[in-house]
Amino acid sequence: MEPVKLVYPVEGGDLIEAGEASSKMKLTLKKLGLPPDVIRRASICMYEGEINMVIHADGGRAEVDVGMEEITIRMIDQGPGIPDVNKAMEEGYSTAGDMARDLGFGAGMGLPNMKRYSDEMEIETAVGSGTTVTIKIKI
Amino acid sequence: MKLSEVQEILRADVLYGADKLDREVMSACGSDFMSDVLAYVKNQALLLTGLVNPQVIRTADMMDMKCIAFVRGKKPDDSVLALAQERDIVVMCTPMRMYDACGKLYIKGLRGEV
Ligand SMILES: Nc1ncnc2c1ncn2[C@@H]1O[C@H](COP(=O)(O)OP(=O)(O)O)[C@@H](O)[C@H]1O
Ligand SMILES: [Mg+2]
Repeated sequence: MEPVKLVYPVEGGDLIEAGEASSKMKLTLKKLGLPPDVIRRASICMYEGEINMVIHADGGRAEVDVGMEEITIRMIDQGPGIPDVNKAMEEGYSTAGDMARDLGFGAGMGLPNMKRYSDEMEIETAVGSGTTVTIKIKI
Repeated sequence: MKLSEVQEILRADVLYGADKLDREVMSACGSDFMSDVLAYVKNQALLLTGLVNPQVIRTADMMDMKCIAFVRGKKPDDSVLALAQERDIVVMCTPMRMYDACGKLYIKGLRGEV
């Protein structure tokens, strides 16, 4: 299989449409014939990351590289950044507002879920300039 | 458990997928927190929830879930149903509350852990 690169813009502020990028990626991974559990893990990570970009960072973009051995998903935003990454990684820690909660998010499980389902995860962030979350999933 | 049995136990109306009730679910998950649902990976699962927004369908889709049962008689709007149809996820609506709906399915053998 040739390496594939996919790029998805993620609109900020639109909590109703949030998840469309993840959905599209999932369909593409299916077409590429990847194993179902790999697709599921990648989709969950991307979905949590997409929701985070929408509710915490006013949108951004996702870049997905499908290689021979692994899928790399980069979620890049120019939002407020994360002041304390260790705290953000704790289960239950959330700064999400009521709008996110009404839709069933904001339980502080997003980043922990991404960690749980990925083989590698890295957060680069700077307060005031943005956040990039990179996850890798072995195929 | 077949979805037709789920429907019967929950006394549910089928809002999408009336012709797909011969599908099987192996486990179930009840929650109004989508990240909670996403933390739970099981094959061929049923989701019970009191939320009726599109993120519920997307969450179920990411998890490859087969069916969503909305509790407390909550009905999603047409755009949410259209999304379920697009993702081929059966949608039901039961008058029962979450606790009762889960309990009734559980005693009939549908568990959280397979
Ligand atoms: N892309 C991001 N930009 C800024 N802050 C973020 C971002 N992603 C996560 N955070 C911060 O980390 C916290 C924990 O994230 P997460 O575990 O996904 O929980 P939740 O999204 O439910 O709050 C968030 O509440 C937020 O403060
Ligand atoms: Mg989150």
